[in-house]
Amino acid sequence: MTEQVLPGLQLEKVDDRIMTLNVGPQHPGSGHMRIILRVDGDYIVHCDPDPGYVHRGEEKMAEYRNYITNIPHLERPVIHDSCNILYPYCLGVEELLGLEVPERAKYLRVIAAELNRCVYTQYWLGIYGIFLGHSTMFMWPVGDRELFVDLLEKMTGARVTHSYFVPGGIRNDVPPNFEDVCLRYVNYFEKRIKEYADVFYDNPILISRTKDTGVLSKEDAIKLGTTGSVLRASGVDFDIRKKEPYDVYEELDFDTNVLKEGDSYARSKIPWLDMFQSCRIIRDALQKMPKSGSVRVKLKPNPKGGDAEVYRRVESGRGALGMHIVSKGKPQPYRLKMSVGSFRNLIAMPHLLTGEKLGNLPPVYWSLNYWPVEADR
Amino acid sequence: MSVIAPKFRLGYLLKGVIDNALWILVLVTLIAIPAIQIILIYIDLPVIDGVLWDPFRTLDAITHPERALPLMKAFMQTDLFKVVAFPGFGFAALIAAAVIFVERKMLAKLQLRVGPFYCGKVEGILQLMADGLKLISKEIIIPAKADKPIFWAAPVLFAATAAAFVALIPVAPGWVVADIDLGLLAVFAVIGFFPIITILSAWSANSKFPFIGGIRALYQMVSFEIPLILSVLGIVLLTGTLDLVDIIESQANFPWIIFMPIGAIVFFICILAELERIPFDLPEAESEIVAGWLTEFSGMMYGLVQLGSYLKLYAFAALFVVLFLGGWNGPSIVPTFPAEIINEGIVLMPDALVIKDIPGLPLFSQEMINGTVWFILKTVGVIFFILLPRGVFPRVRIDLLLRIGWYKLIILAFVNIFIALGLVYGGIIGPGGIL
Repeated sequence: MTEQVLPGLQLEKVDDRIMTLNVGPQHPGSGHMRIILRVDGDYIVHCDPDPGYVHRGEEKMAEYRNYITNIPHLERPVIHDSCNILYPYCLGVEELLGLEVPERAKYLRVIAAELNRCVYTQYWLGIYGIFLGHSTMFMWPVGDRELFVDLLEKMTGARVTHSYFVPGGIRNDVPPNFEDVCLRYVNYFEKRIKEYADVFYDNPILISRTKDTGVLSKEDAIKLGTTGSVLRASGVDFDIRKKEPYDVYEELDFDTNVLKEGDSYARSKIPWLDMFQSCRIIRDALQKMPKSGSVRVKLKPNPKGGDAEVYRRVESGRGALGMHIVSKGKPQPYRLKMSVGSFRNLIAMPHLLTGEKLGNLPPVYWSLNYWPVEADR
Repeated sequence: MSVIAPKFRLGYLLKGVIDNALWILVLVTLIAIPAIQIILIYIDLPVIDGVLWDPFRTLDAITHPERALPLMKAFMQTDLFKVVAFPGFGFAALIAAAVIFVERKMLAKLQLRVGPFYCGKVEGILQLMADGLKLISKEIIIPAKADKPIFWAAPVLFAATAAAFVALIPVAPGWVVADIDLGLLAVFAVIGFFPIITILSAWSANSKFPFIGGIRALYQMVSFEIPLILSVLGIVLLTGTLDLVDIIESQANFPWIIFMPIGAIVFFICILAELERIPFDLPEAESEIVAGWLTEFSGMMYGLVQLGSYLKLYAFAALFVVLFLGGWNGPSIVPTFPAEIINEGIVLMPDALVIKDIPGLPLFSQEMINGTVWFILKTVGVIFFILLPRGVFPRVRIDLLLRIGWYKLIILAFVNIFIALGLVYGGIIGPGGIL
């Protein structure tokens, strides 16, 4: 039996022309992971992403907690997108326990999820800006993100880790004047994100730098199993909100953004375009939402799931986010497996970076819509 | 909605100004004056006219304008003053400090932030001082296998070379530290040192990211020096001199930017690249190579490199002003001194018992003050345009950068030279021309 050797520890033949660079984990352009690069001059000849620096064992932890106490720690992998990461869990547990969610709660869930998607995308966009040396593009999204963070605070009581979704609905109803405030914020937010085109997306230097770099063809995108914005930037029209609608998404009016180029410019543009659709969804949901009613069904103190398995997935900020819950009739799940978009997009990274210039590392890497903490779980 | 910036309040501003003034008063009274007196006690004071000069008498003499002013005027003509204070290091460092403050506040306003706010009470004017103190107090860490002498020397050399560059810039008529005939050639000789220092420091750090950053800096500086020199060649053709003072005097009627806008644009873009400023800050590209060739510098070594780069910023902006915007030339905005003051001196306290004539006024001539004011105004304007891209542009990639340098800027620089040649052979300007 061969001994498995960790990446970076193998013995290799030393080549004078090749230089090995350890980008990360303590590097301003790496995130919480290490990327082992071999460069020949200015060209990357080998790329070996090494995730796992922030592995926390979320899946194992979930086996020792019951269905309700699992909620706060399961959102830790992506605290900026905590509503969306709890969404498949709540959908799955509802199916296991046979709960029927009230109509108002479904709409409020969609609103919270879309607000949270915008919050995550703004943060991601800010980091994309600073990766390209554009400090204004870091400050603007992070400043505008505050609007929705404040709105979510009004809604859920917490700025980042909301723990808003529970099996059977949402934790609490929104404050009385929420609809007006939300509509005002969303309108202002849409006006603000339109201005990003002037300073960032139409910038000739940005276009010359990110166009035709890290091109992922349609076939490769499907073969490598990418998801979310990466897949849609390569010309595949795949959005779980459209293909497998959950809660009330099928009643709401929105489009999917698809670009054909598949380069890092298109990949960086898709989440930004998605934010406009999120604003549209929120406005539509505010209109169609029942104005009053219950938001949560009553649960037994320590609910037990039957002898069953469920798999539910949603469209998170980084693509498909699925949770497979195996129940063996105990108050705790027997096994919980998360399938996250970040990790699936990471698989495309060596494919895209090999042969690129070293200067293309940040735009290609971060355009994969990758969140290291979520990939490590 | 979240609060983006605190509201401006005049009361807070006035309170800050008064607070600072009081603090200065307290510090001067409690520390500076006693310190001077204590120092004077321990100095062997001379015996003049048979009287031993005690500390009190010396202070008295210093504070008497009739004695102090001629001394000051004589001191200002010395080389020491020129090097340390006015056209040299002190003046440039003051402008550099102002530039850092303006850059921070301007960038903050552009990005919907506040910027430095608390330090120094008035809009954070003392933030730079706080940063300097912090850098001085930090431990200096040197990589284990670094080439220590070169690694230590690199920041000092960088700041010194930038200061040498500053010394070549004429600020006002007669006010230049090093007035040499081949000033422009000397400038390019000094600029040629920067890539050497950069690659030396990058190599001596014995670390990968500084090495890549140093190589990038070398590529960038060397390939942008060629269009930089070529863009200036037009002016040399027209004026027939390499002396910076002569070049300024040739622009008494019109600045060269009117005839050579292409050269000015090429020169400006090359300045951005030579200064490693956004969008050409590849040697310090944070997300790719940490901080480029500055990665291993810590504490005051980093501070020295920053000081050097801001001195360089001032010097390049001043060079642009000297070559293209007419240097100190400008309409007279400072009123002339009354003739009787210049001839007879000023009379202090006419109603008092003792009437004193003070000779030697004014300290600076009218042309000098006027020229300095125009020079500072133009330089600040150029620096503003150097700072502005930082808020608007992302970083370019190294191959695109080199393509800009070799394919576009060199061609434009040659176009500029042909324009200059056309002007010379057409007999419009230049030696024996119409204008």
